[in-house]
Amino acid sequence: MNLRRLLSIVVKELRQLRRDRLTFAMIVGIPTMQLLLFGYAINLDIRNLEAAVLDQAQSVHSREIVAALAQTHVMNFRYRLDEPQQLDALLRAGKISAGLVIPPDFERRMIVRDRVPMQIVVDGSDQVTQQAARQLAALPLAGVLDPGGTSNPNQTVGNVEIVNFYNPERLAPVNTVPGLIGVILTMTMVLFTAMAIVRERERGNLEFLIATPVSPGELTIGKVLPFVGIGLIQTTVVLLLGTLIFHVPIRGTLLDVYVIALVFIIASLSLGVFISTLAQTQFQSMQLAFFTFLPQILLSGFMFPYAGMPWPAQWLAEIFPMTHFVRLIRGVMLRGAGVAELWPELAALGVFTVIVLSIAIARTRKRLD
Amino acid sequence: MPGNVDRREVTMSQPRPQPASRHSPPHAAEGSDPAGPVPPRAGPSGDVAIRAHALTKRFGDVVAVDNLDLNVARAQVYGFLGPNGSGKSTTIRMLCGLLLPTSGEIEVLGYRIPEQAELLKRRIGYMTQKFSLYDDLTVYENLDFVSAVHEFDRPRAKRRIDELLDRYWLGDMRKRLAATLSGGQKQRLALAASVLHGPDLLLLDEPTSAVDPQSRREFWDSLFDLVDAGTTILVSTHYMDEAERCHRLAILDRGRLVADGSPQELMDRLPGMALLVHCANARQAQAALDGFSGVVAMAQIGAQLRVLAQDGDAVRERIAGKLQSTGIEAQVERTAPNLEDVFVAATHREARDRPRHEAQA
Repeated sequence: MNLRRLLSIVVKELRQLRRDRLTFAMIVGIPTMQLLLFGYAINLDIRNLEAAVLDQAQSVHSREIVAALAQTHVMNFRYRLDEPQQLDALLRAGKISAGLVIPPDFERRMIVRDRVPMQIVVDGSDQVTQQAARQLAALPLAGVLDPGGTSNPNQTVGNVEIVNFYNPERLAPVNTVPGLIGVILTMTMVLFTAMAIVRERERGNLEFLIATPVSPGELTIGKVLPFVGIGLIQTTVVLLLGTLIFHVPIRGTLLDVYVIALVFIIASLSLGVFISTLAQTQFQSMQLAFFTFLPQILLSGFMFPYAGMPWPAQWLAEIFPMTHFVRLIRGVMLRGAGVAELWPELAALGVFTVIVLSIAIARTRKRLD
Repeated sequence: MPGNVDRREVTMSQPRPQPASRHSPPHAAEGSDPAGPVPPRAGPSGDVAIRAHALTKRFGDVVAVDNLDLNVARAQVYGFLGPNGSGKSTTIRMLCGLLLPTSGEIEVLGYRIPEQAELLKRRIGYMTQKFSLYDDLTVYENLDFVSAVHEFDRPRAKRRIDELLDRYWLGDMRKRLAATLSGGQKQRLALAASVLHGPDLLLLDEPTSAVDPQSRREFWDSLFDLVDAGTTILVSTHYMDEAERCHRLAILDRGRLVADGSPQELMDRLPGMALLVHCANARQAQAALDGFSGVVAMAQIGAQLRVLAQDGDAVRERIAGKLQSTGIEAQVERTAPNLEDVFVAATHREARDRPRHEAQA
């Protein structure tokens, strides 16, 4: 690896990019357009939300209610907790999307009916979860809650109160914008890298280059480096517009947001490099990029709830970098989590990068056949 | 000295061979170059730039290069002449390590190829058939990039680029995008880029296919300047006039080496004779002789008919007789063979398989 050579490829790439007005416009245009288009979200019902139960009453009734809710399969009660703090911690780390809280004075509230007898705490950073919680609140629990049928006709207090953590006003852009960074980066990073590398082959530049001392590593890294910068610019554009237009909060640190974006950019660039080793023409590389792009958007949890997918789809989604990015960015921006709490997702991105890049490098030869 | 590659411009840790600048005139045969100081890695092949033995390349069922033997002496222009698809490009690509041979041995500048291809790449320049620099970079930026690829530091790169821009008449174009250059200018830029690092061997794959005759002449003058400075040049072409300017020539047909030698040798060795038919109607004469035994090929040259025939005065008599019996008043005389005759004769053996000729066989 020769630094001067590497730098010269970066400079060359930037000079070419500067003259490629269309690509240049797309770098800023795509994020802006997408942000405005996706400003509105998609609502869907889901099942099997990861959830926890905090039953402080431990009465016959409370257990019946937990069993009845479990029967609906909307929530999958993974954890039985003793302390409210545990619930907060699980929610923050993204381990659960919802929690059922039954207060110690549950029996009394049931009889007096002065306060809502129980709560469902919901991770508002995922709007689909909010939807699910609303479904739950509407469940016919009357039979369980009021076995005698002596329901007070003047009852003004509902059975379940929904507490929406992180996105109390249920603003769609708050959910959409963080994931949108992922969509935009996936689209541009994978596509631009794959095309930029294949372009050299298609235009015949590669035939000249491979007859020089340039190494495949220098060429690949030199071509990919400018896109790291472009990815960070795009992230900034979305963050700026997101906060200015849609008032999306950034509850975690800005540094964490950029760390996550950087790791995701590198993972996406690796995918782009890999695609470039499969394609002979820019058109092929574009097709291949879209082939990886659609499932990532559909299965990552950005559009449709991860929890509602059949297991093969979930298994597939775990492979995609975007799935992990969506979890990470929602965690940091909306739940105020730190990178340290979310490290498994970051590690998943790292593993993806190492594997895909190794395959790509193994496939790169300094030859024409 | 505008035509000289400054050899000191080349970074190599090893001592380099002195330019073997005994510029052997065209048509002089090989071997006029007594081995100069032998470069350390060149081993026994001090005066040989390229040596290939039984070189073969298959793409699936297609044999692109078939059992090719090649010897190219240093500081010469060695030409590959052949029709499209004769294996010229494939051979050149194998010689610089861009393609893996299916079988055979290659030694270029003393390096075993493909094993030592990366070492070789520092000492060769390769000019592709299609313009392979960047259309969306300027002339200067392209050369600047190439100089960095060859690890030139800034001041040295600047000096070298200025020198090349001057030598290849690109001084006024330095800020022009490569895409906006004419065919001849693009080609000079490509040549400048491939000789920037002062290579010992220059491989040119049909370098003049998109260039007007004037530019082609200038281009060849530049090549001889490089040879004067000790560079070995391997060039493929399908132009006879270019082939004629090479010190030595290999005629390729369907992946096989069908003839090689200096252009003069090849013409002297022509297996057959060239006849010129003077008559009122050359087309009629051509029709009359079509398929006639002893006639290898014909071509109308203006009002005359040029016939490539099997050797011997008897053949000439028979042809004259045939024309007379057809009622064509004609004069048939021998003429000096040219390189096209050599080319047609060399590639003709293959042509005999073609169906049209089978009927007469």
